[in-house]
Amino acid sequence: MDNIAGKKSSLTWVVNISAAALVILWLIPTLGLFISSFRTADQISSSGWWNAMFPTEQTVQLRTAPPSDQKQEGDLWVIEGELFDQPTTISSWGSSSRAVSAYAPGETADLRGGEQLTVTENGAYRFTSPEEMSGSRGQRVFVTTTVPPQFTLENYNQILINPQSDEGMAKAFFNTLTVTIPATIIPILVAAFAAYALAWMDFPGRALLIAAIVGLLVVPLQLALIPLLKLHNDIGIGKGYVGVWLAHTAFGMPLAIYLLRNYMAGLPRDIIENARVDGATEFQIFVKIILPLSFPALASFAIFQFLWTWNDLLVALVFLIDATGETTVMTRQIVELLGTRGGNWEILATSAFISITVPLIVFFSMQRYLVRGLLAGSVK
Amino acid sequence: MHPALQGLITIFLGVGGCLAYFSLSNLLLDTVICPARGPNAGRNINRANMIRPWLFLFPAVFVLTLYLAYPVYETLRLSLTERMPGGGSQWVGFSNYAQMAAEPKFWEAMRNNILWLIVVPAASTAFGLLAAQLTDRIKWGNIAKSIIFMPMAISFVGAAVIWKLVYDARPLEQGQIGILNAIYLGLGGTDPQAWLTTPFWNNFFLMAVLIWIQTGFAMVILSAALRGIPEETIEAAIVDGASPLQIFFKIKVPQIMSTIVVVWTTITIVVLKVFDIVFAMTNGQWETQVLANYMYDKLFRANDWGVGSASAMIIMLLVTPILVWNVHNARKEMR
Repeated sequence: MDNIAGKKSSLTWVVNISAAALVILWLIPTLGLFISSFRTADQISSSGWWNAMFPTEQTVQLRTAPPSDQKQEGDLWVIEGELFDQPTTISSWGSSSRAVSAYAPGETADLRGGEQLTVTENGAYRFTSPEEMSGSRGQRVFVTTTVPPQFTLENYNQILINPQSDEGMAKAFFNTLTVTIPATIIPILVAAFAAYALAWMDFPGRALLIAAIVGLLVVPLQLALIPLLKLHNDIGIGKGYVGVWLAHTAFGMPLAIYLLRNYMAGLPRDIIENARVDGATEFQIFVKIILPLSFPALASFAIFQFLWTWNDLLVALVFLIDATGETTVMTRQIVELLGTRGGNWEILATSAFISITVPLIVFFSMQRYLVRGLLAGSVK
Repeated sequence: MHPALQGLITIFLGVGGCLAYFSLSNLLLDTVICPARGPNAGRNINRANMIRPWLFLFPAVFVLTLYLAYPVYETLRLSLTERMPGGGSQWVGFSNYAQMAAEPKFWEAMRNNILWLIVVPAASTAFGLLAAQLTDRIKWGNIAKSIIFMPMAISFVGAAVIWKLVYDARPLEQGQIGILNAIYLGLGGTDPQAWLTTPFWNNFFLMAVLIWIQTGFAMVILSAALRGIPEETIEAAIVDGASPLQIFFKIKVPQIMSTIVVVWTTITIVVLKVFDIVFAMTNGQWETQVLANYMYDKLFRANDWGVGSASAMIIMLLVTPILVWNVHNARKEMR
């Protein structure tokens, strides 16, 4: 449209660059967590994740072999060996923490009491002393090496597969699934019948009911916590899966009815009236005509409900997780880790990423329905 | 019983139960209660058609009443009573509200909530509008949209972890691992900032998380609205020599104003209920308390149902204008 005015080229550049800036800004936080989950604890704490792609300089403190390995060569006592197990190239080295890269590879350092230390490029060293060395530990050596970018799956292995892991994420993953699937499927059917009645049946009070549902859409679920917890305790459900399924079913209901009613009301009247004329009962019309035709709306609600129940923390805290913590869900587990393992980013990043992977897969594979649902739910 | 098995049985019972209820109740209505034959066939058909909607509606209405309508009443009642030792409760009028109003923590939560209510919907809508306008005009717009929309799928807790890493602060001698501090130092800052523990400003760093999540939502809806604008209006403006900025603010924005209002109110409601982000990132410390977290503290940490319910009622009170407005609009539309 704007190219009519003939200033397309300059504007297009501005638009492209601004859009790219916005996208990068939105992507960076998630990217940071994603990359961190593939790094070891040392890597995360020694350099920012944005450095993970590039080789990094790392200074480590090592020791030569202990004096018990010394050999006498003429009038010198000598310790020789390799600093590294695997082939490594060092860029500089030093013998004190105040000057960690005082010497180039191959140079010889003069230490106290006539001792001399030489470290070559591949980490081989020769430590000599005019007198017999004593003590139990070897001479300290600081070496600076260039480490190529390295990524590991160890964090995932540790948290999901290792049976000794104490983060409980594997269990929480299955608990979350157990909460989510029934809580997604059950409300759909209940809501679909109600939506059909509200869309295609005429009865007194219909308009009032629809208005009530629109109102309930925004009632904060915070109000429901204590009254329902009391109710659950009174009827013997207590805290557990049944309670959380019921709660999620109910909390998802207004949106489900609202979305489905709007969609069903837009279906062609002819189809339904023809079926009525042909003698189909309302139940048959619903099951055989309305339900299949409403698939897009059903799918979009299912995605909403899935994302909402999977990502939920509050409802699970109140209605599900009891003192034993056996039924903990992932969101709760991550909050726990934030408290107890606040500095262990490898555990936090990996756990968080495990919990957001499933919603992201659902999101990217069913984005079309999600967008359609959003539009039906709010644009008026 | 293993929970997964329990889950499968629940799905089976839930779905099967629903289907059984709907088909059997309809069958019962058609064949036993109001059979469409015999001398009263006509009257029976009419009767059946009167009853049937309620058969379809009953489970949903039952669940809604019990789980959403009744709690509003019950919370109101609880907020006006006090639990007695050994069970039972006593009517105390507004003393829970008075007690709450005397707490500085409550006013801190109110202040922060108002800040959230001003900043988050405004910023999300503005960013959403910007993103919609930008992505609609470029070739890779759909990919850009997906990426900006993606945080919608991420839980508030996951987002809290993501942003805690962004905000991470370490002493100056060590390398920074939080990108915000790295940028801050790179731009000439002298000391790494502890973004989340600096009172007042930390609220804005928490808000950034919700803005990051909600912008995608605003973008998707506003982008659809922008595409719905009749092209003639824009072409006419171009012919009249309007600049791109004028077209945007004077032609496009006024035409999608009603959608902007819908987006704004929807995000406002999300803000009022915001709990997870504060709970996971600061838990209301360092003056970041918000109403929903204050309420959780009262209900489940202090075990004070009276004050907890009173603060829940405050949230309800703040939602009410939007509720009335939504219902009003829905009714207007149905006529």
